[in-house]
Amino acid sequence: MRLKKILTLVITSIMILSWAVTVQASEKNELMMATTTSTDNTGLLDYLIPFFKQETGIALKWTATGTGKALELGRNCDVDVLLVHAPPAEKAYIANGFGKDRREIMYNDFVIIGPKSDPAGLKGKDISQALSAIKTNKAFFMSRGDDSGTNKKEKLLWKNAGITLPDKEKWYVQTGQGMLATINVTQEKNGYTMTDRGTYIKYQDQQRGDAPLTILVEGDDILLNQYSVLTLNPKNCPDAKYDLALKFSDWMASDSAQSKIGEFRLLGKPLFIPNAN
Amino acid sequence: MTFLVEGFIKAIELLISGDISTWSAVSATIKASTGSMLVSLLTGLPCGFVLGYFDFRFKRLIRTVLDTLLALPTVCVGLIVYAFISSKGPLGDMGLLFTLTGIAVGQTILAFPVVTAITASIIENIDPALKLTLISLGAGKKNIILTCLWEVRFGILAAAVTAYGRVLTEVGISMIVGGNIKYHTRTMTTAIALETNKGLFADGIALGIVLMTIAFTVNLSLSFLRKR
Repeated sequence: MRLKKILTLVITSIMILSWAVTVQASEKNELMMATTTSTDNTGLLDYLIPFFKQETGIALKWTATGTGKALELGRNCDVDVLLVHAPPAEKAYIANGFGKDRREIMYNDFVIIGPKSDPAGLKGKDISQALSAIKTNKAFFMSRGDDSGTNKKEKLLWKNAGITLPDKEKWYVQTGQGMLATINVTQEKNGYTMTDRGTYIKYQDQQRGDAPLTILVEGDDILLNQYSVLTLNPKNCPDAKYDLALKFSDWMASDSAQSKIGEFRLLGKPLFIPNAN
Repeated sequence: MTFLVEGFIKAIELLISGDISTWSAVSATIKASTGSMLVSLLTGLPCGFVLGYFDFRFKRLIRTVLDTLLALPTVCVGLIVYAFISSKGPLGDMGLLFTLTGIAVGQTILAFPVVTAITASIIENIDPALKLTLISLGAGKKNIILTCLWEVRFGILAAAVTAYGRVLTEVGISMIVGGNIKYHTRTMTTAIALETNKGLFADGIALGIVLMTIAFTVNLSLSFLRKR
């Protein structure tokens, strides 16, 4: 009986103690960012952000979601700054008074990947021809289907190819998941998908250089994937840390950060190419 | 298939090597779930007792609503809590979004119906003879209530364990309200979801095994309590 009492006491006090530790004041010099899965999944932010802390003393925390949700979080003033990749949506965002400054930081490009055997014969075609070939052959195509930056771009490409979005087609699979997860589904279904090159290299790295999926279509101007830092409009979000957000934006465009982005490689290949001006 | 074995080995490695990101996720999980369990037990037990012990109007209706809340989808709880604590929401000034406290609030909403509903049905099923015996022995109202509660202590423990299981395994609330921020609000379940999203299935399994270890430890200490 006595032992039980002691045990109860110990358990209760551990619970209360561990709870008390949780309640901590948020730091003043802290910035909250919403970003896309590609910057996080590739490991770029884990590599880059410690340098930011070192050089400016600002602690950056981030939540990684699709660009659609990231923009929504900024609209609701739940974050201070955004790192996203959907230029048309970003410009509309600023025009609507939610965003203030947009600064281009880096880019990579989108590619269409698929099985090495390439059953729909995409190799050597341009992007519009390739999408038509997928449609004609009813080859499995994995779409993110989550209104992320990648998904927005993909929908634009269907439109440009003169094909109405095959929303209800059996071969058009909307995963609703992040880019790497979608690539894994593509591999399982032996199908095609569109991805940013950075995430594809990360996938190759995970497959230890023996990836069943290979790049089939690349190099079109329209496939450019531009990443930008967006600050929030203080008029919409007076409490967001606008000055710190600007500092982050400046730092990302600085020579120091730009060269670090260029040096971030996997399998010897750069994942993002810095292009701030 | 091979990732299952890989995952098992990795789980042991993670636990032994004291991997910082794993332990910070373990600590986030324990903090959030402890907070929500404390609050939901403190509020749910009395509510469940009232609901099971006394008769009043609309009691059946309340029970039915409560039973329905047992099926509350965690993602919806997350969205509802988000609507309230987002900067533009009515409770935005409290700064709960992307904090463990915010996660705990959502988990409390999840656990409260479980604790209340199970406690109520346990109290309802107390042997009526017990009450009669107590009254015939001249026990006062306070004594009757306390004795009843003591009689069903193991049932209440079961309610707590069930609620804890639901809180420990939810992903939706932690993801939406917590934001899966590394070293801050990344819990075990959101970490598993992230590793799976990244295609690192073995890491996901490893973290799952670590989570099961936590649950096992908790249940082991509870069963120790029961034996004594």
